[in-house]
Amino acid sequence: MKYLSLLVKNALRNKRRSILTITSLALSLCLLGVLVAMYHALYINQAPPGQALRIITRHKVSIIFGLPIYYRDKIAQVPGVKAVVATQWFQGLYKNERQDRSLFFPRMAADVDHLFEVFTTYKIAEDQKDAFRKDRLGCVVSDSLAKRLGFKLGDKITIQGDIFPFTVDLVVRGIFETEQNEEVLYFNNKVIEEWLKARGSNRPFAGTYTILVDSPDNVARISNAIDEMFANSEVATRTESEQAFALSFLAFIGNIKLILLSICAAVTFTIILVAANTMAMSIRERTWEIGVMKTLGFTKESILGLVLGESAMISLIGGVIGLSISGALCIGIRKIAGPFIFQFQDLGMQPPVLAFLLLISVAIGVFAAMIPAWNASRMPILNALRFTD
Amino acid sequence: MAIPIAYNIRNLVVRRTTTLMTALGIALTVAVLAAALAVGAGLAKAFTASGHPNHLLLLRKGSTAELISSVPIPVFKERIKLRAGIAKDEKGEPMASPETVLVINLPSVDAPDGMNLNIRGLPPAGLKLREDCMITQGRWFQQGRRELVVGSAVAKRYPDAQAGKQITFGRGKWDIVGVFDSPQMARNSEIWGDFDQISGDFNRLEAASSVLVRAQDEVALDALRNELNADPQLQVEIMTEKAYYAQQTDSGAPLEFLGIFVAVIMAVGSCFAAMNTMYAAVARRNTEIGTLRILGFSKSSILLSFFVESVLLAALGGLIGIILVLPLNGVATGIGSNLTFAEIGFELRITPGIAAFGMGFALFMGAIGGLLPASSAARKEILTALRDS
Repeated sequence: MKYLSLLVKNALRNKRRSILTITSLALSLCLLGVLVAMYHALYINQAPPGQALRIITRHKVSIIFGLPIYYRDKIAQVPGVKAVVATQWFQGLYKNERQDRSLFFPRMAADVDHLFEVFTTYKIAEDQKDAFRKDRLGCVVSDSLAKRLGFKLGDKITIQGDIFPFTVDLVVRGIFETEQNEEVLYFNNKVIEEWLKARGSNRPFAGTYTILVDSPDNVARISNAIDEMFANSEVATRTESEQAFALSFLAFIGNIKLILLSICAAVTFTIILVAANTMAMSIRERTWEIGVMKTLGFTKESILGLVLGESAMISLIGGVIGLSISGALCIGIRKIAGPFIFQFQDLGMQPPVLAFLLLISVAIGVFAAMIPAWNASRMPILNALRFTD
Repeated sequence: MAIPIAYNIRNLVVRRTTTLMTALGIALTVAVLAAALAVGAGLAKAFTASGHPNHLLLLRKGSTAELISSVPIPVFKERIKLRAGIAKDEKGEPMASPETVLVINLPSVDAPDGMNLNIRGLPPAGLKLREDCMITQGRWFQQGRRELVVGSAVAKRYPDAQAGKQITFGRGKWDIVGVFDSPQMARNSEIWGDFDQISGDFNRLEAASSVLVRAQDEVALDALRNELNADPQLQVEIMTEKAYYAQQTDSGAPLEFLGIFVAVIMAVGSCFAAMNTMYAAVARRNTEIGTLRILGFSKSSILLSFFVESVLLAALGGLIGIILVLPLNGVATGIGSNLTFAEIGFELRITPGIAAFGMGFALFMGAIGGLLPASSAARKEILTALRDS
């Protein structure tokens, strides 16, 4: 610790350079922060306790094909299954959504009697739940969606169908709280069933079944049991955790994992270059001074430590500044991408991500200064004193 | 009088480590930008060149994509097929093709869990409308058989979709009998088979997904479009095939946006790094600057010289960056279409325009980074410059 003031003095000797370096590092680390936070949200983040209990069964070939409605009762009998709800992605267009993409939100049709049995994390007042059940054209919306688009109880929401080409006029009968600021609207799947019936189709189906299981430990076992049960039936199924199901949609945008990792690598490499370059320049200017320090009795090790420490400090300051900016950027991305990418609905600098990145910034500082520090500590005193630039 | 450029080049060579590190930072920034733009250029190439100028695509009113559209076959036979203005083939049959489009899921090289692919069921007229497609391997499918041909982009990325193999969907196994290739790249991402066979497997014989027609010429195209639009019994959405494909060029927008966002932030960081390097260069060459001034070089030629040096440094970075991304050119990849819910294959493209833009971006970074250090060099007083160091 006695060297701390020396570290600070050294870092401040060329203020302009330190400021330029810190700004450059802060920008890169801010970027790295956002990217790592995204990666964490997508691939590492554990599902919250409620979500971890839900699995989804869909058509094995593609989500666009439905499953027979009688599958519901068969799934309900699998040991460990607590509740099952049939859901159907309705899509459609709300107001002038084709022009204004911010009007997009997921619209699902569901079996109203089982919806809240499966989504135990949705908190809704009993009277609203009853009102929703009783009104055939009622709907419920999540509170974050209601807040964003200003929906209130009794409001009319008209959705113009596209996959199912008919218009539904819904009335908001309930607003529920969710675990993860989820944006979603549910209405009665009888509406779709009746429309299909009117067109002469008597094969009711569900797009997917969402299933509540008794314990997160049983997710794999129950998923396999369901898929095996239907393997040789009319329609084969694929069952996976709600989290994996959500990720499968993202695979659609491209190989996101690879893209995020390669950009992270490019950014990290750039940071190392910038930091290494600065330290090399700064040590070179100070060669003579280091010679003097050695004459005064500073050991090789303490010189090495001083240089590494200075670099680590600069890079840590850059990290702290950069990561606070990434916190703000994450909030922005959450607002813009949240409705489209479920996993980004609570994107932020989680403590483990933050700790990891601060560690990375110190590590980058130390790594970048390794060669100049090593050279400086080993340079013979006479050469150092004789050195002129 | 200007200071010779050789002076700057030699200076960059003398400080080669620093030069290289700074240039590499700029190179990576350029590489990220160029890679993002390569996605857009690849998609643009695939889609803007696709579609026959005299083709009209008919979807159900309100539909934006073939997959969620349906046009009843009786409507096609009575109200579309026999219109004047539709081109005739050599047998006098109208070139109008009701087609069925479905999605199946097959493992691809990037997604072993499976990606969605479009399957298109074609009547004989469908192939006549696509005379640009050539069989490169095997033969065409035959009417009335459970046979398929796959597009060249599909064959490249899906190990199971090869001539001679079998795939399973619908009611059973299908033989892949050939691979086709079209200069209109968007077509190559599909699998084709007989309309009746495919529709039959999915109980969809009574309606097609879409209808593709060829007008006799451009004048007939407009007349035909007006006539179809004016028919009140024909609830269809009409667009040119070209326009339909052009819409899908936006599929890469999220990726491009991410890449450009990252590149811009990295660019600001690289600017600061370049500035750092140039300030160090100015500081180390105090005596030289003083000497140059005594020799009679003006302040402005000093300014210009350092500015040019910074730009040269950036140009080196730009060059390395472009060399780094060149291997991406022509790499076949896939992306989920915003319209077809299926993967579309395309090739990343580093066009001369992108290379030039990347280089321009690098030079811009160098110019911004060099401006302040160069002006500080120019402002040095001769005596202080000579006395310093």
